[in-house]
This record gives sequence, structure tokens and C-alpha cells, in this order.
Amino acid sequence: MRLRSGQAGALFVLAAFFLLLPQFVTSSYWLGLWTLTLFYALLGQSWNLLGGYGGQVSFGHAVFFGTGAYVSAVLQVKFGFNAWAGAAVAVAAGGLVGAFLGAVSFRYGLRGSYFALVTLAFAEVFRVLVNSWELTGSGFGMLIPLRPGAAHLQFTDRTWFYYLILALLAAACALVWWIERSRFGAYLVAVRENEDAAQALGIDCFRVKVVAITLSGALASVAGVFYVQYFLFVDSHIGYGPAMSVNALLAPLIGGAGTLFGPLIGAVALGALSELTTLALGKTPGVNLLAFGVLLLVILRFLPNGLMGLFRGRA
Amino acid sequence: MLADPVFLLAVAFNGLTVGAIYALVALGLALIYGVLHIINFAHGSLLMLALYAAFFLFTLGGVDPYVAVLALAPGFFVFGYLLQRFVIAPISFGRDTNVLLVTLGLSIIFDNLALYLWTSTTRTINVPYAQTYVDIGVTAVALPRLVALGAALLVGVAFWLLMTRTDLGKAIRAVARERQGARIVGISVEHIFAVSFGLGTAVVALAACLLLPTFYVTPTVGYAFVLIAFTTVVLGGMGSFIGALLGGLLLGVVEAFSGVLLGESLGQIGIFLIFILVLLFRPTGFFGQRVA
Amino acid sequence: MAVLEAEGVSKRFGGLQAVAEASLRVEPGRITALIGPNGAGKTTLFAMISGFLRPDSGSIRFDGREITGLAAHRVCRLGLVRTFQIVQPFAGLTVRENIAVGGHLKEPDRGRALAAAAAIARQLGMEAMLDAPAQSLTVAGRKRLELARALATQPRLLLLDEVMAGLIPTEVSEIVAVIRAIRDAGVDILLIEHVMQAVMSLSDDVYVLNNGRIIAHGAPGEIAANGDVIEAYLGQGAAHARG
Repeated sequence: MRLRSGQAGALFVLAAFFLLLPQFVTSSYWLGLWTLTLFYALLGQSWNLLGGYGGQVSFGHAVFFGTGAYVSAVLQVKFGFNAWAGAAVAVAAGGLVGAFLGAVSFRYGLRGSYFALVTLAFAEVFRVLVNSWELTGSGFGMLIPLRPGAAHLQFTDRTWFYYLILALLAAACALVWWIERSRFGAYLVAVRENEDAAQALGIDCFRVKVVAITLSGALASVAGVFYVQYFLFVDSHIGYGPAMSVNALLAPLIGGAGTLFGPLIGAVALGALSELTTLALGKTPGVNLLAFGVLLLVILRFLPNGLMGLFRGRA
Repeated sequence: MLADPVFLLAVAFNGLTVGAIYALVALGLALIYGVLHIINFAHGSLLMLALYAAFFLFTLGGVDPYVAVLALAPGFFVFGYLLQRFVIAPISFGRDTNVLLVTLGLSIIFDNLALYLWTSTTRTINVPYAQTYVDIGVTAVALPRLVALGAALLVGVAFWLLMTRTDLGKAIRAVARERQGARIVGISVEHIFAVSFGLGTAVVALAACLLLPTFYVTPTVGYAFVLIAFTTVVLGGMGSFIGALLGGLLLGVVEAFSGVLLGESLGQIGIFLIFILVLLFRPTGFFGQRVA
Repeated sequence: MAVLEAEGVSKRFGGLQAVAEASLRVEPGRITALIGPNGAGKTTLFAMISGFLRPDSGSIRFDGREITGLAAHRVCRLGLVRTFQIVQPFAGLTVRENIAVGGHLKEPDRGRALAAAAAIARQLGMEAMLDAPAQSLTVAGRKRLELARALATQPRLLLLDEVMAGLIPTEVSEIVAVIRAIRDAGVDILLIEHVMQAVMSLSDDVYVLNNGRIIAHGAPGEIAANGDVIEAYLGQGAAHARG
């Protein structure tokens, strides 16, 4: 509550910056980079809702991302769905996978590291499945035919993709902002801090966690849908591989888990770091992630609240 | 074909020899879990580093992996010791999910350092004895795989002796069971933690040397072993050496059979499903308490 | 009619019979105390009443309603709230946010729950710490926070597990006054306590638990004179008295 005026100011500056950005950034390279940065912020925000606010650290967020990407791709390619309709089903599917995974693991009391590992294992199961199933293109992956036009959720002018991901991220942030100020948000944080105490105060911890993972799964699958429309391709490694799971948690952890702007700040920081390392060491595979790993350790050691910890006095 | 007992035995034995490597990797993880009560997500990446070390010792120095183990096991012990004492412990502040994130960070660093330095090329070595097959009746087995099976059993016994017959083993068990009590009687808990981590890492180096003659190395090779090793440790009972040994052998057999039944690509699913089921259906208190 | 009735409640952990056939009643408008030596099974009995543990046998009724084996959050929603002997704050949240979590049981609106939290904090003399993180509180502060959070749920019956343990005498007399005020506001109270002086002055009804069994029940004066109790508890209790 105390942060409200500060947040409003920050929001205004951020909104102005991002809305006007395509006016100044005209090179397609840089616009693409910003588009991807916002994409990682969206993916990170979905992780943040469950891991940051709810304290349920997932190592397998690709399971939701991949579901969004694959369901929309398969529906378009194999069943002739319109891209928008496919997207709607895909997001519902992501939420459903979240609800299922949450119901199963929280029912059996998985917490902490064990929850993290079980999410990872689920992502691997899905990866193996889509990699061996003909419907999902098996080892070849899914290629979306090029059909430019807003009706097909494809844009020749890449600026529209930028505005699309900006709108999606803004909607995700609005959702998280609203949750922060709701009873559900208070319950979610209470569950993170101490489940026994939460239970004693009448909170149905199981239900709170399942709702959180369902929302988180749906948000991650929104990112998956965007990815497929943007790149027109997904395969099992992109969709369900460990890299996307790691991407989902890096931005919020670096920016500040459990904070509204943490994922965005983290994604921007990672984008900048990635450009810097490329500048310094050349475009060698691995060098970006190497720097990300080092940054993660530095943050964990010195800024347990992420970069947001620099702005907030509170421990 | 599946009804043929000779074929089934051959598949099973093949699985056992693969399982021996899983068991060795899992033994190290079980030790680290049993003593420190942490999940070392970088375990697979340490295996990958050890594989590269063995690879370069062979290609650049002409050192046979079976000889290289004499240098690599102590070397990785020291590496693991330093890693725990000066990186993992100070960064994680002893919190469970922090340890997981720190070791995830380490695995990202190791994997991508390897990718940066040595590219994603798949590398193998050529040793003459890799082509030596031993006829064990039901099937012929490559010699290095038999060696690995024997070594896994030997290491299991050696660990058991170390833990039950030596002062170090006593100190480790004391720390594993009662941290505060051990501290009070003058045991340096930080030192024992690091020693255990070092021992776990040394076993990984041993596994790498036994694995390389019939396997390959890429920067991401460790990842495949991470979940398998966790599955083994969970399956065998957290921190139990005998459990890790049997769990590893069993998983090797399961993998061999699911590969035969479901085909090469779908076959991997067996291990992940076992992992999920074991995690879910173990008594919740077993996990819920520990990591709260 | 009794607010709370436990009848023949038992719980066994492996070879240990933690609670055996324990029965007790909490009458409306009264402060009921449950005392007994360390390890007598008091906290286990509390955990069963509040839904954190399922009894092996026996029945628990709250307001005439069977609640045996009901999940803790459901028990709480009926109006029976417990505090923890080992305090369980939401460490990363402020005092205000901590109390508001309890307030949300009956108040969905965030703003009103936070305002109500401030009112309760004032009632318990915690208004100065409203925006302090819970982890920065002293032992006495944390005990009070447990109480405040439970109170914020607007319970019918409050189960207090050693809210005075570890407090200095002036803090004890402060919290005794707070508990009386809560009772006067119409909340019934069942408390576990080691601080005998407080038990004697505060409670109307005392149950004594020893080795999992209720060995005595009566007014504080009767209990203090009961030979069995002195044998089982008070003699030992004097040695165990915590400051």
C-alpha cells in the first residue's frame, strides 16, 4: 500500500518508455531484441506468480510454455483452427496442465526442492511424448504456415509483434497487480511464508496453491502461443526442454521474485548482459548463459531480493 | 522375441551394466544428500566436467581413462570440497531451495563454459578394449561395461566400509544425524560437509572414467544423468548407499526394457514416470518435513 | 451447552501413547486452562482439537457440531482458532500484513482487512510496530502477534498454546490483562500454560494432563490442593518453571 504512489510513477514512466520505443528503435535487430525481452518478462511473470509470490519454485515451467506453443500449433496445422481460437484453447490447456500438476503434487505434499524436481520431470515426460508422437510432428517439430494478417495472428510489420507482446505483458502485470491487492494475494504470500500458520488462520493452502499454479500455467502458455506466432516454429527442445524452464525463473530471480516489476527488470538486465557479453566475447554459443549463471550466483549471494532490492529498503 | 528367455536375460544384463554407471553417479549424490540434506543439481554437470577431463587426458596426454582415475578422483575431491566450502555454502545461507538454485546456477555455468570452450561437438575416445566382448552365456558384453559393473559393486562396499569402519565415517555419520550435537563435540561441520561433497564428486569422476570408453561427451551430457541420479536416490531411499546401488541397477534394467518395448525415443519416459510416481507416493512426511 | 467438548480422545505415535482417552469441556464465558508437565501431551491434544492432527479415537465437538478429523482451515472457519507454542510468524511480512491475513477470514476487502489489523494491533498495544517486519520482533512481540492474528479471525473460541512462555514478569501481567479483555469481549479461551501464577489468577477451570491422561479437573484452588497433581506436576513443575 505504501508503495502505491511510487508504483504509479514508475508505471507511468515505464508505459511511456515502452509505448514510444518503436519511434526511436527502428532497426529490426533492436526491435526484435526488445520484443524478446518483453517475451521473457511475460514468461518470468508467470513463474513469479507461483514461485515469487507463492514460494513454489518450479524447475519445469516449460511444461506450461510448451503446452501453449504445441496446442496452438497443432490446432492450426492439423485441425485447421484459426490462430486466435487455437490461442484461446492453448491458454486453457496451459491452465489445465497447471491445475493437474498442482493437484497431484500438492495433494501429496511436495514442497521445496521436491516440487521443483517433479515439475522438471513432468516437462521431460511431455518432451519425450511430443518428440515421439506423429501428431506433434515428432522429432521434426511443428512448422506454422506463413499467413500474414491480424486474423491469423501474424504480422509482416514486426512492430505489431512488439505491441502485441507489450499488451500481453501489461495484461499479465495488471493481473499480478490486482492479485497483490486482493485477499487471494495475501493468502498466497501467507502460504509462501508459513503454511502451518496459514492453515491455522483458515486458509485452504492446497486450494490457494492449485489456483496459483493454474493461473501461472495459463500465463506461461500465453508466452508459448506468442512464441509460436512469432517464430512460426516449435520443437520438443524449444517447447519442453530445460532451457525454457531456466529462462522462466532467471528473470524474476534476478529482478526480484515476488515483486510486480521484478520479472521485467530482470529480463531487461539479462538482455543487456547478453548484448554486453556478445560485444566483449563475440557471438560464441554458451557465453550468454555463462554470464547469466554467474549473475544468478552473485544475486543470490548479495541481493536476495533481486535488483528490486536496490530500490526497496525492506529486507 | 519378448518370450525368449535368453533375449530377456540379455536385455536385463545389458540394463545392469548401464545401471552400474547410474548407481555410481547416484552413490555420490546419495552421500551428499545423506549428509548435507541438500539436492545437488550440479551433479550431472560435474560428471560432464569429469568426462571432459578424462577425454583430454586421453587425447592430449595419451592417458588411459582407467589410469586417469588415479589423478581425477583426488582432483575432483578437492574441486568438490572447495565448491561446497567456498561457493555453495556461503551463497545458499543453508536454505533448501537456495541450495537448489545455487547448484542450478553452477550447472548453468559449467555446461555453458564447456560449450564455450569445447563447442557442442560430440566427442568419443577409441580404446582397444572397448571392442573386446566377453561372452557371459546369454549375451556378449563389452569389457568396459563389465568393469563398470564390478567397480560399482566395489565402490558400494568401499563406501560402506568407510562409513562404518573409519573415524572419518563416524564423524560423517554424526554430522548427518545430529548437526548441533556434532558441533558441540568439536567436529567441524563445515569441514565434514565439504569432505562429503568432495567424496561425492570424486565418485562422479570415477564414474566418468568408467563411462567414457563406451560413451561420449557433450556439454549437455550431464543433464541426462541428473534426473536419473535423483530418481535413483529417491527410489533407493534418500541417503542410503545400498539403496542407491540397487536403485541404479534397477533403473538401468527398467530403461533397457522400456527401450525394447516402447522404442528408442519413447523409452526414456519410463525413468521420468518412475521418478514422478516415487516422489508422489513416498510418505509425504519424508519429504515435507525435510524441506519445509 | 459447552462450547468445546472432547471425549475420550487418543493419539499414538509409534510406541508412544501421546494422549489417552482425554476428555475436557470448555464452558462459555470462562477461561479454561490445560496444564501438565513437559511431554504430557498438551500440544498434541491442542493439535487434534484444532484439526492439525487426526485423533486415533474419540470425538471432538465444537458448538455442538462434530469436528473430529476436520481439516485445520475448516475448523478455523467455524470459529475455533489456535496459536502456536513455537511462534509461526509470516516472517517476511509486516505486523500489519500478518494480522490482516487473519482478518481476511471474514473480510474479503484488502483495504478494510488492513484497517482492521491496525485496530487489533492498537488493542494489543502493538501500534508502534505496525510496519515492522515480523522477523524483527522480540519474543514478547511475536507472542503478541500470534494472539493478534488469531483474534483478527474473530473467533468464538481461542486456543492459546503457551503465550506467556519466555516472557518477563511485566510482560506476563500485560498479556494476562489482554487475555481477560478478550474473554470479556465474548471470546471463550482454552489455554496451555506453564506460568502457574498466571494460570491460577486467570483461569476459571483447570484440567491437568499427565502422561497423556487427564488426572484432575477443578477450580484453580482445588487443583493447587490436589495431592496427585502436586505429585505429578507441581513438584516437578517448580523445577521446570521457565522465566
